[in-house]
Order: sequence, then structure tokens, then C-alpha cells
Amino acid sequence: MWNELFLLPFLTGLGLAVLLPLLGCYLRLRDEWLAALAYSHVAAAGALLALVAGLAPVIGGLAAAGLAGVTKRFFAHRLAGGASYAMLLLGGWSVAVLIAANQPLAERLGHALFDGQLYFAGSEQLAQVCAAVVVGLSFLRLLSGRLLLAHVYPDFFRIRGLRAWPIESGFDVLAALLLALATMNMGVMGAFSLVFIPPWLAFRRARNWRNGLWLALLIGVVAYLAAFLAALGLDQPFGPILALLLISLGLVIA
Amino acid sequence: MSQLIHLEQVVAGWQQPATGPVDLSLEAGEVLGLTGPNGVGKSTVLAAMTGRARVFSGRIEQRPGLRLALQTQDVPPVDGLPLSGRELLALTGAGAAGLPPWLAGRIDDRLDRLSGGQRHYLALWAILQAPADLVLLDEPTNNLDAAGVGHLTAHLRERAAAGAGMIVVSHDAAFVEAVCDRIIVLGARDVE
Repeated sequence: MWNELFLLPFLTGLGLAVLLPLLGCYLRLRDEWLAALAYSHVAAAGALLALVAGLAPVIGGLAAAGLAGVTKRFFAHRLAGGASYAMLLLGGWSVAVLIAANQPLAERLGHALFDGQLYFAGSEQLAQVCAAVVVGLSFLRLLSGRLLLAHVYPDFFRIRGLRAWPIESGFDVLAALLLALATMNMGVMGAFSLVFIPPWLAFRRARNWRNGLWLALLIGVVAYLAAFLAALGLDQPFGPILALLLISLGLVIA
Repeated sequence: MSQLIHLEQVVAGWQQPATGPVDLSLEAGEVLGLTGPNGVGKSTVLAAMTGRARVFSGRIEQRPGLRLALQTQDVPPVDGLPLSGRELLALTGAGAAGLPPWLAGRIDDRLDRLSGGQRHYLALWAILQAPADLVLLDEPTNNLDAAGVGHLTAHLRERAAAGAGMIVVSHDAAFVEAVCDRIIVLGARDVE
């Protein structure tokens, strides 16, 4: 593990294990946890498309998820009740699987994205995740009060002259980009399990919002550490091990 | 006293008009009651003042820089959300000082673990105590017991004495009588 071969992936995943549970708390607040799965699938499709086009996969993943985050609000009224996320999820999954099935070049990356292999992360990925942690945590801290106020008192929020759309769209784009980056590094389901399960457990047990954020963070990091060691020791793909650990933790706590 | 808001022959609604022409004005420090039968458009008048409902005719003038606070009949969606009463108050800039004793001791509890009445009063308090010049209240006594109504009545009078204007929509005749300086009864498509 202390070998650089494993240290860089470990630190990359640790950054995501800090970021994703906190992001998940705000997605859960907005009842948009399905967004995590949608953005991850769209990012996977974008990455594969970029690879086929001769571009860096991370650019394609970020661009596709970012575009989904930007355009989502334009369809929100027609696709209410989470339908927009279901459409994005199915569309992303279909495109990704079709590209992987028909392009030998994309097959390996496709497997990595859906199997959840963290161990391909290098110094470039670590630098991207470090930047995402700094930017993501700063924006979440900035948006936190307004996201909570908009959820609890939407009328009060509006009559105070606070515009909802820059905050909501800003959060959508932030969530899409962070999830795209997470998908590139730990796969679709690895990212989703860190976004969904720690906040779900924290919301059940926490005394207040602040406590809930810390609890989600703690659950995410502990599960990540255990999953990293287990996957390494058992020579198994990281994503499924992380998801199984979080599910077990969830069932015990719930 | 200075005028906070003035409505002149305002007909408001959503897809179509839901009120008769309404005339009213409110001074700082005044509490105005708005009553009338169901469906006459009392809540719609409040919604028009905040820009949420459509004004079909007439005009609404507000004092420049007027800070509004609005309590609606919607219950804040806090089920399953780990949000404490203290955090709720902080969101609107409200303080906990002055809360009734039966609620002050539970200010750090999660909102979804309070009774319906306690939760309603805290949600109401967060709006009432928010920094505002004009407070609009829509059926504030819903879910409150006698102690809650008594505390609310006293607090509204204190808030008015401190200079805030208030418009209260309520079916609770005794409460309206106790708390309001003036009462307007909206009838079917007219104003008394």
C-alpha cells in the first residue's frame, strides 16, 4: 500500500471519500439522490465517446456530465418527479454499453468504469481530485445555507430577492462535475455508493444538520479505508467491495 | 407612522381572478386582520403582495426597501431531515429569545422529532422573528393549543409595538379580535 503504485490511488480515493458523502447530503436534502447515478452514467458515456474520438476520457466525462447538469433545469418542468434523472441514467448507460460493445478501444475503459477500479489513478488523477475537494467543499460551504433555506422556506427565500436558479443550477453543475470525476476514478457504482449510503445513514441518526454532515463524512471515510484494504488484500475490484461494505454497514445501523 | 403597503382595487388570482377588488393599506406597527369565508381569496391576497400570485388589475405599492416575511399554510418539509430548531431559526436570521418555555427546552432537538404543534410554532417563530418590516401570516393558529395561541397573541403585539406591520389571515375570530388593530372581512368578490 505504501508503494507509490498504491499510494496515489489511495489518496485519490480518500479525497473522493471525503467529498462524495457531503455532496450526497445536499442531494438527499433536495431529494435528488438519483442524480448521482444519472450523472455517473452520463459521465461514463462521455468518457467512452471521448476515447473513441481520440480525446482524454476525463474531458469527455466532465463535459457530458456538466452539460447534463446545465441543461437539466430546462427540462425540469416537463420531466418532474425524478424523470429527468431516470432518462439521463438510461441514456448514459445505453450509450456507454453500445460504445464498449462496438469499439475494442473502449471496451477496457468501459469495464473499468462499470467494475470500479480505483487502482489506475495516478498523479494526474490525484491532482484533479485535490482540486475538486478544495473547490467542491468551498462551494458546498457557500451554498449550504441557501440550499437549506430554499428547501424549508421556498417562499421566504424568493421574497427576500434571493434568486433560486443560480444556486440550483450552480449546485447541479457542481454535482455533475464532481460525480463525473468520481466515476472516472472509482467507477459508477463505487461513486454512487459513497453518495447514497453515508447520507442515508447519517440522516437517520444525526442530531442536527452539522452533526449529519460529520457523520456522513465519517461513515464514508471509514468504509473507504476498509474497502481499499479489503480489495487490495483479496485482489478484487474496488467498487463492488466498497458497495458491499457500505450495504453491510447500512443494514447493521438501520 | 409610515405606510408600508397600499393595495388599490387589486384583483388577484392564479390562472384566473380569485378575489374581488381589494383596497387596504397598512402602517408600521399596525396589525391588520383579513378574514372571510373559505375560497374568498385571503391567501391569494397575501400571495399577490409577495409577487407570487398574479395581479389582474389594480396596483400594489410598497415602501421602497420593504423587507417582507411570509408564513404560509405549507408545512416545512423536514421529515427525515436532521435539522434542529436552532438551525431552522438561524436560516431566517431569527433568534430563540422569547420562545415559550415548553419549546425553549427543545430548541436543539430535530424538528421531525417534535410534536406537530411544537414544529408548527417553531416554523412560525422562524418567520415571525426574521428581520422584517412587514410580516404576513396565513392561518398562524393552525395546530396550536390554547397556550400556543396565547403566547402568539402576546408576541404579535410585542412585535407590532417594536414597529413591524403585520397582516394576519385567520378563521380564528377570537384570535383576530385579540391581536388586530383593524379587521377587513373579504366577501364574495367584494370588500367590506
